[in-house]
Amino acid sequence: MDDLLREFVTETNESLDVVDVELVRFEQDPNNAKILDNIFRLVHTIKGTCGFLGLPRLETLAHAAESVMEKFRDGLPATNEAVTVILATIDRIKEILESLAREQGEPEGADADLIADLERIAERAASAKMPEPERVLKPGEVSLEELERVFRETPVDPPKQKAAIQPKQPAPVVEEPIKDDDGKNSHQSIRVAVDSLEHLMTMVSELVLTRNQLLEIVRRHEDSEFKTPLQRLSNVTAELQEGVMKTRMQPIGNAWQKFPRIVRDLSIELGKQIELELQGAETELDRQVLDLIKDPLTHMVRNSADHGLETSAERRAVGKPEHGRIRLSAYHEGGHIIIQVSDDGRGLNTERIKAKAVAQGLATEAEIEKLSESQIHKFIFAAGFSTATTITSVSGRGVGMDVVRTNIDQIGGTIDVKSVAGKGLSFTIKIPLTLAIVAALIVESAGERFAIPQLSVVELVRARAGGDHRIERIKDTTVLRLRDKLLPLARLSRLLGADDSSKDVEAGFIVVTQVGSQTFGIVVDGVFHTEEIVVKPMSSKLRHITMFSGNTILGDGAVIMIIDPNGVAQALGSTVTSQMAAADAEQGTAGAAAEQSTSLLVFRAGSTQPKAVPLSLITRLEEIDAAKIELSNGRHMVQYRGHLMPLISLNVDAGVKGEGAQPLLVFSDGSRSMALVVDEIIDIVEGNLTIQVASGNPGVLGSAIVKGQATEIIDVGHFLPLAFEDWFRRKDQASNERRASVLLIDDSPFFRNMLAPVLQAAGYAVTAVGSAREALDLLQDGKKFDVAVTDIEMPEIDGFGFAESLRADPATAELPVIALSSQISPEAIERGREAGFHDFVAKFDRQGLIAALMEQTAVGRAA
Amino acid sequence: MDNIDGNLNEYVTGMVGGELFGLPIRRVQDVFMPERLTRVPLAPPEIAGVLNLRGRIVTLIDMRLRLGLTQSDGDDPMMAIGVESRGESYGLLIDGIGEVLKLDESLFERNPINLDPRLAAVSSGIYRLEGQLLMVLDVDRVLDIATANAMAA
Repeated sequence: MDDLLREFVTETNESLDVVDVELVRFEQDPNNAKILDNIFRLVHTIKGTCGFLGLPRLETLAHAAESVMEKFRDGLPATNEAVTVILATIDRIKEILESLAREQGEPEGADADLIADLERIAERAASAKMPEPERVLKPGEVSLEELERVFRETPVDPPKQKAAIQPKQPAPVVEEPIKDDDGKNSHQSIRVAVDSLEHLMTMVSELVLTRNQLLEIVRRHEDSEFKTPLQRLSNVTAELQEGVMKTRMQPIGNAWQKFPRIVRDLSIELGKQIELELQGAETELDRQVLDLIKDPLTHMVRNSADHGLETSAERRAVGKPEHGRIRLSAYHEGGHIIIQVSDDGRGLNTERIKAKAVAQGLATEAEIEKLSESQIHKFIFAAGFSTATTITSVSGRGVGMDVVRTNIDQIGGTIDVKSVAGKGLSFTIKIPLTLAIVAALIVESAGERFAIPQLSVVELVRARAGGDHRIERIKDTTVLRLRDKLLPLARLSRLLGADDSSKDVEAGFIVVTQVGSQTFGIVVDGVFHTEEIVVKPMSSKLRHITMFSGNTILGDGAVIMIIDPNGVAQALGSTVTSQMAAADAEQGTAGAAAEQSTSLLVFRAGSTQPKAVPLSLITRLEEIDAAKIELSNGRHMVQYRGHLMPLISLNVDAGVKGEGAQPLLVFSDGSRSMALVVDEIIDIVEGNLTIQVASGNPGVLGSAIVKGQATEIIDVGHFLPLAFEDWFRRKDQASNERRASVLLIDDSPFFRNMLAPVLQAAGYAVTAVGSAREALDLLQDGKKFDVAVTDIEMPEIDGFGFAESLRADPATAELPVIALSSQISPEAIERGREAGFHDFVAKFDRQGLIAALMEQTAVGRAA
Repeated sequence: MDNIDGNLNEYVTGMVGGELFGLPIRRVQDVFMPERLTRVPLAPPEIAGVLNLRGRIVTLIDMRLRLGLTQSDGDDPMMAIGVESRGESYGLLIDGIGEVLKLDESLFERNPINLDPRLAAVSSGIYRLEGQLLMVLDVDRVLDIATANAMAA
């Protein structure tokens, strides 16, 4: 094909995609002159170029559409009908373009139907404006202003009106190598095969290697004349590499571009009012991945519009806003791209899925009765599964979600579905970055370099003995004290099996890393820089190493491993978001709560029996010289950071030492600190914490099995007021004021017992219950609370369900709800917000919880 | 191609730990000198590391360890034979590369029954050359490292 023609087709197709989107926007916002101008400009360019290339059929169509738009400018209301006709015209133009690309000439055919429609609309506009002394335009005619403007704007084009009139000019090959103005400013993009880009990338990598060899040679000869040109070569190579890498990335918005139009058409076809919300369109994605998810996403959006959303009447009947909402969002999370497609429609019909699954022999009736609702919902991904009883033109042809799933599987992604009957449906697609480029921090450990994905890096800390950030040792475990928090540390070299006994941890850097709600420090020997890396999958022989998520070729040609923060978190022996999600998927939400794992500090005090307290409640670990302990007013004190800090013994047997080093567990709250005196700190242990035997002793919650040994779990809340009698009544709460009441809901007795005293200590009246059901019963009985604090993962009704039930009842709709969760992922937060949570706090973030409570109760009182 | 008559098989030969071996020539992509090898922590011992070969990441397998041969001398293996399996690139680290031999298929023999089991696991048979035995390696079995571990265990 003629180059000029090919460029025209590409460029016009791109412009038309934009016109599609803009028109839909314009329809919703008809007073926005900017949008209209943009559409007008695009259509006008198409028309102009058609005239130039001698494509009369296209030109006539574009011209007619342009005329109607001209009328919009003059104040014609952008009616549904008018926009539909213009969109139809654009579709026709696309069809013509397609065959133009195939057959190198305009196809035969007439567009009289569309042109008549367009003219009718334009005419109606003119007649509506009768008072103006303007003559009604006859079909095919254009207004004077329009003619003038065309002449004014496109002076270099050959006379286009003539071309429009001449019927069927044989598509002339333009001989003149004219690159007109139009060409220069609109050829912003061209299409390139991904293979060519891949090849380019490989070649650039080789170039980099060769350059490095040259640099190495030149380095050996001090005064080489090659030095300067080589430096230049080096810079150019680096830029080239960067440029090539960038060409592979595209914002996901490109795949979404067609959705506004699709949704608009569907909403008309189906007679539903649908709002489309797009979030995170700028999230970049490897173009290969982008192409592969385009169709699945389209399918899901269609599904939502067709099956998910109810009609306006149905929505009104159940008290929902008439406008149905479809939401698409995309963001990066922990080395993955998460794409969510959700709607606020009726949700999945569990009964129908059950029936269908049994009918198709996917499960027996007995089996299906045992499955949780979310497990049943997963049947929609089974091959050939479609629950739509009637087949519509939009979806429901039985090639549904199984195809979507297959496509996503192909790129190593996962898809999950969450549905709440009557509330809506949400699909979450998780795609690994295996094909993508990520920013990574290049670090050194045990003499090798590694990349840590920047996404999970929170900050870099240099630990020094005397500094604010100190490394503390508890037997073999090291923790970092960072702004009043204790972070577990993992030494990368040790995780990777290198012998590092000679190395001093304090000489290293700490990469503070976050996975889900978990924060920990990775200790490395050195930190170099950040670099955009292309993630390449690990060899199948190495894929079993959980510590690595892939490998990459660095700018200097060396291959290095990419650290998987999830793997490190696992190695630290704790539950990680992804695992929890997997567990969640396997056994439904009910089981998840029991899997809770906690870091416990195990120590000895008084007796030989080990005692334990959750690490997160402790602010610091100290070891002081026993000689510094003073006795004042009958109590042991120590001067600590310019204040007197009271020392509390757990029991009479665990006294303060007379000499030597005295280990202390320091608890701080605001400006106030107290310390528990212990004999010996034993270890930090990760484990499931279930209190087996409750205790009658004050100060002890009960006994649990920790590392195979019966261990007393200490009730910190009991000791806080021993240090300061007024620990319960803080200064910032006027004493005459009624104590704010908190309803605490958590299925785990341990957390109830742990949190209630903490909240009491902060000055709240606490009522703790073990299930959302109990809480709802209390509220129904007319009990009043200022704020509710709820766990999320609970059997029966979870935190989301609880919040939704509250919102549903006008009597409780105003009660602020704070959610406690061990996994604070953006999606959970989003879901929480939808359910009506006012705030989200990590399960062990005591300070955060109290701050959130103060905020919520303050709001409540002000109101 | 010379082996039109089908009776001749071509082998790329090499030495590792004092043993002569051959690989079917159609399985061999290239022969290269390994440079800038990156060790992979926690990897099976047979995997010497990974390196960048013209933009591809190649996994290198230490053939001495793979074949259970003793490190004859302290020298590092010098050459690598590049092979491909299921779209992935591998390099077999050897002591030295030999010539390409064309051998008559009728002379191909089964492994002797008393062959070291580690060798027998990866060898498809032998040729009796003048004064020396040539062990023919099966590339897929050489790369089947997980299985080898399971067998050793």
